[in-house]
Amino acid sequence: MKPPAKPRKASSRKHALAAELLPERELHRIVDTVLRLARSTGAQETEVHVDEVADNLTRFANNGIHQNVAEQGLTVSIRTVVDGHTARATTNRIEEDSLYAAIEASLSLAHSQLKDPRVLPVPGKQRYRRVNRFVKQTAALTAEERARAVRLACDLAIKKGQVAAGIFANGQSQSAIGNSRGLFAAYRETHAEFSITMQEDPAASWAKANSADVHTFEPQKLATRASEKAHLAVNARELPPGRYAVILEPASVLDLVGFLFYDFAATALEDKRSCLNDRIGTQLFGKNITISDDAYHSLQQGAPFDGEGLPRQHVLLVDRGIPKNLVYSRAAAKAARKNPTGHGFALPNEYGEAPMNLVFTGGDSSLEKMIASTDRGLLVTRLWYIREVDPYEKVMTGMTRDGLFLVENGRVTTAVRNFRFNQSLIEMLNNVELLGPAVRATGEEAFEMVVPAMKVRDFHFSEVTKF
Amino acid sequence: MWDLCTNALDAAQLRGASYGDARVMHLRQRDLTTKNAKVGTLSQSESIGLGIRVLANGAWGFASTDRLTRDGVSSCAAQAVSIARASALANRTEVVLAPESAYIDSWQSPFRKDPFEIPLEKQLSLLLAADEEMRRVKGVTLTETDMQFRKIDSWFASSIGSRIHQRKVISGCGIAATCFQGQEIQKRSYPNSFGGQYTLQGYELIESLDLIRNAPIIAEEAAALYSASQCPEKTGTLILGGSQLGLQIHESIGHPIELDRVLGQEANFAGTSFLTLDLLNKLKYASDIVNVVADARLDHGPGLGTFAYDDEGVPAQCTDIIKDGRFCGYLSNRETAHLVGLNRSSGTMRTESWNRLPIIRMTNVSLLPGAWDYDDLIADTPDGILMETNRSWSIDDRRYQFQFSTEIGWEIKGGKKIRMLKNPSYSGITTEFWNSCDAICKLDHWNLWGTPNCGKGQPMQTMGTGHGASPARFRNVRIGTAFSNQ
Repeated sequence: MKPPAKPRKASSRKHALAAELLPERELHRIVDTVLRLARSTGAQETEVHVDEVADNLTRFANNGIHQNVAEQGLTVSIRTVVDGHTARATTNRIEEDSLYAAIEASLSLAHSQLKDPRVLPVPGKQRYRRVNRFVKQTAALTAEERARAVRLACDLAIKKGQVAAGIFANGQSQSAIGNSRGLFAAYRETHAEFSITMQEDPAASWAKANSADVHTFEPQKLATRASEKAHLAVNARELPPGRYAVILEPASVLDLVGFLFYDFAATALEDKRSCLNDRIGTQLFGKNITISDDAYHSLQQGAPFDGEGLPRQHVLLVDRGIPKNLVYSRAAAKAARKNPTGHGFALPNEYGEAPMNLVFTGGDSSLEKMIASTDRGLLVTRLWYIREVDPYEKVMTGMTRDGLFLVENGRVTTAVRNFRFNQSLIEMLNNVELLGPAVRATGEEAFEMVVPAMKVRDFHFSEVTKF
Repeated sequence: MWDLCTNALDAAQLRGASYGDARVMHLRQRDLTTKNAKVGTLSQSESIGLGIRVLANGAWGFASTDRLTRDGVSSCAAQAVSIARASALANRTEVVLAPESAYIDSWQSPFRKDPFEIPLEKQLSLLLAADEEMRRVKGVTLTETDMQFRKIDSWFASSIGSRIHQRKVISGCGIAATCFQGQEIQKRSYPNSFGGQYTLQGYELIESLDLIRNAPIIAEEAAALYSASQCPEKTGTLILGGSQLGLQIHESIGHPIELDRVLGQEANFAGTSFLTLDLLNKLKYASDIVNVVADARLDHGPGLGTFAYDDEGVPAQCTDIIKDGRFCGYLSNRETAHLVGLNRSSGTMRTESWNRLPIIRMTNVSLLPGAWDYDDLIADTPDGILMETNRSWSIDDRRYQFQFSTEIGWEIKGGKKIRMLKNPSYSGITTEFWNSCDAICKLDHWNLWGTPNCGKGQPMQTMGTGHGASPARFRNVRIGTAFSNQ
């Protein structure tokens, strides 16, 4: 039901500087405005998400900047609950008329479905552990500063007879969630990323770093590493496909194991689409594999609350090779008679939950030590276009990319043409011989995690490509 | 909207931009899913904002904002110019744009039934009925359905005088049944996997799919796959169904012909291309019967790559990509056209939203129909494997070596489909594969498939592309590699 007509006042969103996020009190005010408007509509319960980003990205190729962008935007997403019906509507307009229209859209969607007894009341107030991942210097990095760093990297490429391509990005974002039972949580963070590919025809190599603090990595060092590896990658030999010992650098590990973790959702097991069905509590992986989900780890990023506003909890997923625990949204927890773990996605959704802050327990083997211990094997810089071939055995396919090297008698001897792999992750995590220290890794196929480099025996390469 | 665009362009020009284009976009989307006879996602969203791209000091800058006021778009334009000047600090070559005329036009994609006007109850009830039909089949452990609608308005204005409004309505729908049994998870989808079929149409697309009749068929197949024989590992004859061939075109023709990849602009992320400039008009890409076009015109069909103008204000075109097997065309924009000897862009700049920079994208990259009747093609195959509906896809970063697996396969012996095969897969090298094509089915079997989820660019953009295809046959293909030696 629509409330009586009255003048609507626009939320006072101020933009003194283009790259300044709204203060938390403004997010609170938007949430309160929505809750006030919703009370007059017949919605029994209401939940509001407010998300804001201010991002910048400088992109370079052929030793010069070719794209350079900035964006700023805010969205308000509203979920209403009426008699066991729920639905969501999202808008990026914050005038009261627009917010009201979104509430009405949410109610209209909710009323279109049958009553669902699984719909839970929104949760009440929660207590959150504070995390600080907002670094002013990262937010303040300018287009000129990014351009100067890019220029230096490109100058290095020119000096070495190479061609550089990559990105230098920085930004800030914030999220708030509030509901009609008084829950409110807000979080903001910064992020910076430098990624570079150095090409020395016909080879290429790559390095990348990502952090809340732009000062934790040095673009020039990353450029130098990529440049040196690109030079080593020239004159690649073709080897026959087969099973090889591999030394996977952290980015390679990240991009592969990233495909494993949606299987740790309780909803995935209930749906029988998880590789952990009938395998919880068994010795599925090697005894040197221990994995947690920990939003509070010093190398992690992300909000300390989930899409329902529950605080994220530390969960031990795999203990010495045995899958021990799952993550639970509130609905999944109720169905399984467990406690929710703070990993739910925004409702309504069909996937339930997932761990998003993975931390592997590392070892003490450096990359150099792994190479020195290898009679014959391959050093893998990066993997590419990874896709699932078999969902239960978790067979993944993909390619090596940007630097594959042969290791013989404890040293890197030559570059090798790129391979396609078809490899079961379950088998791989049974074949880990050495682990490096866990680091914050960043790739392109999975979100950032804290993972170690790994030496793995009998990794299966099925075909070779032309370069 | 035009005032906002004009304000932004004026502000950019005032600050020294030599060229600018501004775009207001209003995007509306509705998502409905069900799982195991219950509603999953039920959401609606809208987003409106302005993005402006400028040239200053010979370099590009782009900024976007959701503050649609005179001050908001002016400061956004000023930011874009400031970013362009920063780009010039590390710019090696001055940007030169191919000439283009100014257009003042308004266009709307044709649709018969506005999906946003169809009652939600009706849409949900269709999904739940299809879900129910799948759940009736013994052995099915998970049923999923999916429906999505989008309405996108864009107002494009450029400093050369164009003012173009376009409205696109996109519909998509699909259903899937999964069986978990023993140590296997098997799945069948209709009419395509990963969300189904998407076109530039209204609700008439959904009504044409006949979900209720097809739901039990795919559910029965999903249940039967557990007992089916494993696809053998061999080198042999392969027949691909239309939707799988559409994805094969996307990955092994569509991406390699993007000129930004060829020129190294995607080297750090999406990769480059084996189609170096020296191969234009020389490379025998495919067998003589293979003809491929990139066609954004409505004449080609209501594909996800259909429009009247691209997001650089260039009219939709049809470009020959492969003619009689020979490689003859790239996807270009105003900045790159001259590098392949063209005096005009081929009109392929597209953007996901107001907050993203337009980049070179596939339009409808389609394999033109051949001469074969489908039944004749099967009858003409003494020994082969038919593969249908994609399950996984992967290709190297220069687009040479690929591997695909599909949900279902059929062994063909003596010109007949004799038994179902599970876990089918095939792999190859792009040009070897396309040169082995010896039969393409005719127009009666041709369909314009939609790929709604193509990712490219940094920041990442997701774009819909179209791929017309009819079933086709390939010889001497490596089959079964994905499951070899496991």
